[in-house]
Amino acid sequence: MSSEALKCQCCCEEENDQQKYDRIAEIIDKYKKREGSLIQVLHLSQNIYGYLPLELQKFIADRMDKPLSEVSGVITFYSFFATQPRGKHTIRVCMGTACYVRGGKKLVDRLEDILGVPVGSTTEDKKYTFEVARCIGACGLAPAMMIDDVVFKQVNPDKLESILAKY
Amino acid sequence: MINLTINGKSVSVSEGLTILEAAKQNNIYIPNLCYLEGVHKFGSCRLCVVEVEGARTLQASCMVPAREGMVVRTNTEKTRKARKTLYELILSDHPKDCLSCERNQSCELQEMGNTLGVTDARYEGEKSKGRIDISPSISRDMSKCILCRRCITVCNQIQNVGVLNAQNRGFETVVGTAMDLPINTVNCAYCGQCTIVCPVGALKETDAIQDVWNAINDKDKRVVVQVAPAIRVAIGEDLGYEPGNIVTGKLATALRELGFDDVFDTNFTADLTIIEEGTEFLTRVKEALTGGQATLPMITSCSPGWIKYVEHSFPDKLDHLSTCKSPHAMLGALAKSYYAEKVNVEPKDMYVVSVMPCTAKKFEVSRPEMQNDGVPKVDAVLTTRELAKMIKEAGIDFRNLDDAPFDNPLGLSSGAADIFGVTGGVMEAALRTVYELVTGRQLPFDKLHVTPIVGLQQVKEAEFTIEDPIEAYKFLDGVTVKVAVTSGLSGAKILLDQIVKGESPYHFIEVMGCPGGCISGGGQPRPTTPEIRQKRLEAIYREDEGKTLRKSHENEYITKLYKEFLIEPNGHKSHELLHTHYTKRGKFNEYITE
Ligand code: SF4
Ligand code: SF4
Ligand code: SF4
Ligand code: FES
Ligand code: FES
Repeated sequence: MSSEALKCQCCCEEENDQQKYDRIAEIIDKYKKREGSLIQVLHLSQNIYGYLPLELQKFIADRMDKPLSEVSGVITFYSFFATQPRGKHTIRVCMGTACYVRGGKKLVDRLEDILGVPVGSTTEDKKYTFEVARCIGACGLAPAMMIDDVVFKQVNPDKLESILAKY
Repeated sequence: MINLTINGKSVSVSEGLTILEAAKQNNIYIPNLCYLEGVHKFGSCRLCVVEVEGARTLQASCMVPAREGMVVRTNTEKTRKARKTLYELILSDHPKDCLSCERNQSCELQEMGNTLGVTDARYEGEKSKGRIDISPSISRDMSKCILCRRCITVCNQIQNVGVLNAQNRGFETVVGTAMDLPINTVNCAYCGQCTIVCPVGALKETDAIQDVWNAINDKDKRVVVQVAPAIRVAIGEDLGYEPGNIVTGKLATALRELGFDDVFDTNFTADLTIIEEGTEFLTRVKEALTGGQATLPMITSCSPGWIKYVEHSFPDKLDHLSTCKSPHAMLGALAKSYYAEKVNVEPKDMYVVSVMPCTAKKFEVSRPEMQNDGVPKVDAVLTTRELAKMIKEAGIDFRNLDDAPFDNPLGLSSGAADIFGVTGGVMEAALRTVYELVTGRQLPFDKLHVTPIVGLQQVKEAEFTIEDPIEAYKFLDGVTVKVAVTSGLSGAKILLDQIVKGESPYHFIEVMGCPGGCISGGGQPRPTTPEIRQKRLEAIYREDEGKTLRKSHENEYITKLYKEFLIEPNGHKSHELLHTHYTKRGKFNEYITE
């Protein structure tokens, strides 16, 4: 059987790369003339593509007529931009001062075990991207973590597995 | 004019100046580190803080405009303490291995410690990651970077290349390439302008000094050296002279004392370039005017930073480049053929060193087309700064050296060759020869200077009409030749954009990659301020006017070279040895293939 035949044949197929690039090109052409529009373009591009790999950065730099180093400079400045593929969910363990002293590190260690990847990366199955955060505003109930935009407070490392099971 | 008080003194300055500039105009020095006059202000180091009456906090004087009625104090206990603390904070994240640092005693950070009277380094912090990135031309040691961002301004605004920018944020901030790519994989032109402005040991040329010592020490090697036109008016600055001194004769002597076997002058092949490039130009013009296919404007090719830039940024326009190699590459090729034969040395036993004002030439010699069966035509390139270091290392008392000439047959040169070192010079040198070839008369300008293209402006142009040419050039009768000159890569972009749009009115364009030309090349002594640039420029024209031989085609050794070896300009031998081709690198170094 050829590998071709293994591909999903139904009509639910996701947008392919070319279509994504085309959409990003449209966005760039629309925003390009506006002063300071790079961040917006990067946001929309990340929404379409999921993350901003080097090849896409080059495409954007070229079409925006900006140096690549400036584009990557903006991307690496803001934590909401990702240059690696992201998982379906983002786990952020707080490592702010309060959480750090009250066991944030333990949460990180345990999660590394459970997920099988080091902090700062995405699991093999693309389910989770695992990061640390600075204070997320729940210092009173440290240690805290977030999964997507849900905050979990006073997290017990032993409960991590059951929390993840809900996702 | 606005009136303000600085340190109790009433001063008036013109509008639009910062406090720092206003103070400087009135001979009040405010310590500053990241600021670079006329080039860069960003406000990152904050060493320039002053007290301004009515302001709650100390103000960074390099950023804050002087305003009417302001009362400023630059020298108070508070400002002095603040500066020391800020300085110590910079040091807390700095390697401090001054004694073995290449900038020892020429480091702005080190000097600032002395100026501020810092005697302590109270903080010892976590060190931010120090990437070391070595390319054929430029070496970066980011552990030394103090984030002044001067290099970013120069690379983006002045050179319009933009391979350097701030990446990441906070403590993780580094100045670097996109996604931390090694600099030899991006579109860096290797112009080295960033290495000129870097105040510390973070950006520098990739060192070739030891390679050259090794060759000199090798008894089996015939070591040939050549120096570019712009060295003789600049190297003095690194050897204790004021800017603007010409040290040609002492330089030749110093090179002999260092142990070089033959001391040649790149000027000689600058003259040769004029013959080859002039001939190429006339051939192209003739074709264009007689219905043939020729690409015009033709653009000069002696600046390898410019060449790499155009290969990245305008890969479709490489046909416009003259096929001439840069003069030092021509000399290397001749040394290992014409001269090697004369002295009966195998080319493989000859080692050619070029002393250049340029970092890009270090990369240029590694290009495959600059080699012959894997043997390079030029084996090592030293910058002006590196040669000055060798002279010091050897303990040579430069000031007290006698003057001596360069060695023949690759040493004699005309004044036209000298001006290769300055923006407008290659064009003027070419016109001195081409005009005379075509009309049989001398170029009709005072002292042979094409005044409209002399000076440090970004884009200059000139035109003249050919009248009454000699028989062979009748097709040029009444033709108005238009030329343009630019230096610095932003200027190059302006002229190239015209070509892309099909709007370029010129026949011939000179481009030098560094602003002002080789006199302010990336390998020249630091600092290169506008005043120093001007002094080097004047020195170059003095060197030219001081010679009786002013035109390349009157150089008798050039005539001899054609008679004995090359036979004719743009002939078979020339093409093999003196001409080259270019590579479509593309914006992201992706290499465009047809
Ligand atoms: S960069 Fe300057 S302060 Fe830093 S180690 Fe080198 S000489 Fe010393
Ligand atoms: S060598 Fe020139 S192009 Fe390369 S980083 Fe420095 S300034 Fe930019
Ligand atoms: S590399 Fe040099 S010029 Fe660039 S920011 Fe660092 S210290 Fe400044
Ligand atoms: S330190 Fe973790 S929430 Fe503030
Ligand atoms: S000199 Fe003013 S902030 Fe650095």
